Amino acid sequence: MSLKLTNRLVGDVSVVDVAGRITMGEGSSALRDCMRDMIAKSQRKILLNLSGVTHIDSSGLGGLVSGLTTVTNAGGQFKLLGLTKCVKDLLAITKLGPVFDIHEEEAHAIRSFT
Amino acid sequence: MGENTGGGTRTVHEILDSSLDSVDHAEQVAMDLAQESGFEEEDLHKIGMSVRECMVNAVVHGNRYNAQKKVDFSISLANGRYTIRIADQGDGFELSDLPDPLAEENLLRHSGRGIFLVRAFMDDFQVRRISPSGTEVILVKNVVAPA
Repeated sequence: MSLKLTNRLVGDVSVVDVAGRITMGEGSSALRDCMRDMIAKSQRKILLNLSGVTHIDSSGLGGLVSGLTTVTNAGGQFKLLGLTKCVKDLLAITKLGPVFDIHEEEAHAIRSFT
Repeated sequence: MGENTGGGTRTVHEILDSSLDSVDHAEQVAMDLAQESGFEEEDLHKIGMSVRECMVNAVVHGNRYNAQKKVDFSISLANGRYTIRIADQGDGFELSDLPDPLAEENLLRHSGRGIFLVRAFMDDFQVRRISPSGTEVILVKNVVAPA
């Protein structure tokens, strides 16, 4: 399965449900394009739901970091939700965990946006 | 580490195009053979990702998608070692030139974590320049014999 991105609005928070592989090529490019599109549409509160991610590689990690910097540089907030084991493991190994605001429950994540 | 249930020696050798399709193919071949060799889920994931990272380096950074350049990809299972060799025809690189992805100033870089992950996931990892041009990487995952 390649990457599938589904956008929905919960209050004023844009939730992006991510499913499949965030890997070099179509997957990580689609994620980066999605973040840029959302910023272009003036969406500034973005919650990336990663609970459907089956694979991630270094390019996918770069996509997450790119999402964070793109959104925060535009004055927005970028948070992660529902990390699967593969994502959790890679964030831990690369010491990227503390860089992100990570949540386990969607309702809690939505409430954390200011 | 995996459990060697099959025994014997197995080899794969392919010459691959410099494309992302080759990256997907090599990852799948490496994982299929690793699974047949008795590696369990977590090691399969580590092997697959390591092959993927090195293939991306070979195709994207080494051969730069050049259709005239190929990637020499081989796997052998012998003497308790699952060994993967990936060689490109690019300009080569020095491991010592790669920035430390864990350094605070590099944490927010969008790239540069691939080799770091391979080193974390495999039991042995070696890189050398090859003649007349290119880089060869050797990845090894040790196989555990059944108790």
